[in-house]
Amino acid sequence: MEKDLPILQSRIHEALQDRQLQANLEKNLKRSSRGTQRERIIQSTPDWERLREYGRQVKEHTLGRLPEYLEELEKNVVSLGGKVIWAQDAEHARNFILQLIRDRDIRSVVKSKSMTTEEIALNPALEREGTRVVETDLGEYIVQIAGQKPSHILGPSVHLSKDQISDLFYRKHGPPKLSRAEELTAQARQRLRQEFLRADMGITGVNFGIADSGTLVLIENEGNILLTVSKPRIHVAIMGIEKVIPRLEHLPNFLKLLIYSASGQRISSYVHLVSGPRRPGEIDGPEELYLILLDNGRSRILSDPFLAQTLSCIRCGACLNSCPVYQNVGGHAYASTYQGPIGAILTPQLESLEAAPDHPFASSLCGACGEVCPVKIEIPQILLKLREKIRLGKDRKSGSIQLQKLAFQIWVWCMQRPERVAGVRRMIRIGQKILLRKGHRFPPVPFLRRWMRYHELPGFPEKTFREMYAEREGS
Amino acid sequence: MKVSIFVTCLVEHLYPEVGMATVRILESLGLEVDFNPNQTCCGQPAYNSGYPEEAARVGRNLLAVFSGSDYIVTPSGSCAAMIKVFLPKLLVSSPEEAVASKRMASRTYELTDFLSTVLRTDSTGASFPHIVTYHDSCHLLRELGIKEQPRRLIGGVTDIDFREMDHPDICCGFGGLFSVKFDELSAVMGIQKLRAIEKTGAEYVVATDVSCLMHLDGLIRREKASLKTLHMAELLAEF
Repeated sequence: MEKDLPILQSRIHEALQDRQLQANLEKNLKRSSRGTQRERIIQSTPDWERLREYGRQVKEHTLGRLPEYLEELEKNVVSLGGKVIWAQDAEHARNFILQLIRDRDIRSVVKSKSMTTEEIALNPALEREGTRVVETDLGEYIVQIAGQKPSHILGPSVHLSKDQISDLFYRKHGPPKLSRAEELTAQARQRLRQEFLRADMGITGVNFGIADSGTLVLIENEGNILLTVSKPRIHVAIMGIEKVIPRLEHLPNFLKLLIYSASGQRISSYVHLVSGPRRPGEIDGPEELYLILLDNGRSRILSDPFLAQTLSCIRCGACLNSCPVYQNVGGHAYASTYQGPIGAILTPQLESLEAAPDHPFASSLCGACGEVCPVKIEIPQILLKLREKIRLGKDRKSGSIQLQKLAFQIWVWCMQRPERVAGVRRMIRIGQKILLRKGHRFPPVPFLRRWMRYHELPGFPEKTFREMYAEREGS
Repeated sequence: MKVSIFVTCLVEHLYPEVGMATVRILESLGLEVDFNPNQTCCGQPAYNSGYPEEAARVGRNLLAVFSGSDYIVTPSGSCAAMIKVFLPKLLVSSPEEAVASKRMASRTYELTDFLSTVLRTDSTGASFPHIVTYHDSCHLLRELGIKEQPRRLIGGVTDIDFREMDHPDICCGFGGLFSVKFDELSAVMGIQKLRAIEKTGAEYVVATDVSCLMHLDGLIRREKASLKTLHMAELLAEF
């Protein structure tokens, strides 16, 4: 039966049936203290709602003048000695990096965790080129050696257990078999240290690109970004064009919005402000700095005044952590670069509605995502807008959508007049009696049959409210 | 004071006793209850499925139904949210309509909000000697921000043994068409809710929306469990 399900539903089914995954999600997400820490820090921030509104407004303002701010960012990055590349799509961005690798004879690349590089599928392209590429964020390193993709925009390996990671390290690194988290971390750290020493290019994402100073802001806890941006002779930073903020003075509030929401920390262990490559007299830092500004569908999102707010996202992951769907199915079920609520609104827009036709429907519209979003993206309302766009896009082609549309038209017609509703009710009653007489247990309506896979049907009372009310009035 | 009630489709057709309980509560508090029989639906099923125009065409009927009402009370958080939050965005085909839909929004109250916020009553005089827990319906909680009002009213029920469950604010998994399109996931979410409820030892789970309760009750009866669902109005009408 499950074979007939659309892709997303069948992936969700697999995730729900995967006991190991369910145990890991339970431990790493549902019982994780991350959400509690976030709540605690926000409760101790009396002006949190004002901060959110500030973040929303600065983002809205910036997205409204994106070309201006991006050009200012470019000018200032260049004046600090960096180079700026405008990449229209994933291929453009990949090709630039590949060409640079050839030109500079790069053998080995270290990367810090970056969803944008996932979005452009950079690693496979580098590997095809024969370049050694190593992820240096611990979680990202784990999924890399496991041959998997990140299942959470901030915690790439949140779907794995410590035992699975222990087995993985034993398989990939050889004996001894380690079991304690500290030992596993130490082993990865030791190996990664060698990679940093060997690497001649570091590739990172960007959390915020600051227009008026040309500063690239990178936030982390592990220290791997510090090494990625300072040891190799070339630093390539790739940034979605929506990550620009106008002025350095906007940064402190955005740091609060992002870090409180992401990890419930007051401040992350490191906040890097990268201002150009190494200057004469400085003892470390890369010789060359490249900033790739990636569009890859973002301008298209920007053209819709309502949906444009999707690009306000600062990738904190709070919507994933709060989402009961994400908590139950994990990130891989989405089969897209971005997962959870933000993935459900971003994927159909960045790629195409056809590429993720079920994503916006995989939500009970509970609103938990919108409630936690630090820049107040109206995720549930965007899901609804996308539901509308998806069915409009399918209108002419899909028989089931035409049937659904017809059903809603009949529904509208009925709901115009209570007598019509009463007529339908009488018909259902008659139908029910005939079916019962013929010995049918289930109503032959597909919609109800689906419901009855897991539920009993509610009773169908003899009298409606208005009948009961009228009788009472009459008595 | 005269109060118009909006009973909602699910209550009208599947849970009429919830509507009757609403009437009894309001009348017991000395209010005059008005039920306009021209009412049908707020349009939410279409709105949540990506059919905003169809939703507007249905929601528009309510403007006429409630044009003269000073207070509109409904025993549903999600239908109240539809009227208060979403219909004013949809019903803007003319300046007059925009004004009317805003007016309707500002005069609509979910039952517990009306009792607690407008009437400032914390007790309906109900008595219910049972162990009860409360599930926060998503739209009531997040669209309307109503969290304390129902709890205050439960606190006003005599002989009740009220116990909070872990995470009462996590969705039960219903979500309208979501429960059909993603039936398995919806059921998993509902069953997790049931486990949280059972952990309290409650005999009854109370909520403000029959939609959540229909979903939970369907799962409970499939499991042949002994837990019972009860709408807030039914609880508060136990006098």
